[in-house]
Amino acid sequence: MNIEAAGTGIFAIVLTMAIVTLATRWGGVYVMSFVPISYRVKQFIQAMSGSVLVALLAPIAVTGDSGARIALLTTAVTMLVLKKPLPAIALGIVAAAITRQF
Amino acid sequence: MACADTELHHLDKPLIWSGFKQLAPISIFVIVFGAAFGLAATQAGLSSSTTVVMSTLVFAGAAQFAALDLWGTHIPLFTMMMTVFAINARHLLMGATLYPWLRHLSPAKRYGVMLVASDANWAMSMQAFSRGKPGLGLLFGGGLALWFFWVVGTWLGVYFGSAVSNPESLGLDMVMGCFLLSMVIGGEKNLRMLIIWTVAATASLLAFRYLPANSHIMVGAVAGGVAGTVWGAQNDEH
Repeated sequence: MNIEAAGTGIFAIVLTMAIVTLATRWGGVYVMSFVPISYRVKQFIQAMSGSVLVALLAPIAVTGDSGARIALLTTAVTMLVLKKPLPAIALGIVAAAITRQF
Repeated sequence: MACADTELHHLDKPLIWSGFKQLAPISIFVIVFGAAFGLAATQAGLSSSTTVVMSTLVFAGAAQFAALDLWGTHIPLFTMMMTVFAINARHLLMGATLYPWLRHLSPAKRYGVMLVASDANWAMSMQAFSRGKPGLGLLFGGGLALWFFWVVGTWLGVYFGSAVSNPESLGLDMVMGCFLLSMVIGGEKNLRMLIIWTVAATASLLAFRYLPANSHIMVGAVAGGVAGTVWGAQNDEH
């Protein structure tokens, strides 16, 4: 089904996006209220929560341009050395900007 | 700290305000990222009001950027829904990981707090819990900060975005990636996590290559979760 990108159609699209996103924000909590959290489930979720970020980042690192890769590398190294997210993120972005000037 | 487990779910105004303030410095980047979105949305043909309303109601950067790819004179509703769901499925995990503390709250508070759940404030609150400190103030107060600055940033991007003509040359497209990476590395680091991350990354890349678009996030997450269950169980037996 295609929605025309005009007037109420646009509002319907944005509202749909909002409802789907809200369902993901509430869904995890709602489901957990029926499923008891065993040690195994906790371990699964803990491993999963870090893995989501890794899964999101892996293709960015592999398919990104050299600017993207150097940005991630800079952030990783800075984070390991300084253990502070703000300088790590800032230096990563600066590294990408510098790389892309060449 | 003699903080019992039952006190960690505590949530009051000072804690929410403290969470807001703790996430405020990160919000500088949220403004920049929001501005990048506002600019990209304008270029994709969204009106300024649509863009700001989207940031206000959806409040999910990656999903909103992905939605711009699908924008045209006609928008495929089902594809849009699945894309937004796939990218935001990690919220399901956030809710699940937060449940041990959220369950002590009334349903209204529990779901109210989750309205503003996103990567940064979730990670900060989980970090607080793992150190034995109350984390729900960070989740809600921090979430309000992120949401507020995300909308402000979007608005700035829409109205003054012409100043940043090429956000990629300034590295601004890497804000999200660098942020998420700093969260990964800031977390628990040991051999078990390294194995889990490797499994997650490998599964994600395979899915990215061979499975439908955006499925790689859930595939990698589930693979990493399974790896964590297997590895953790082995540790228990010894």
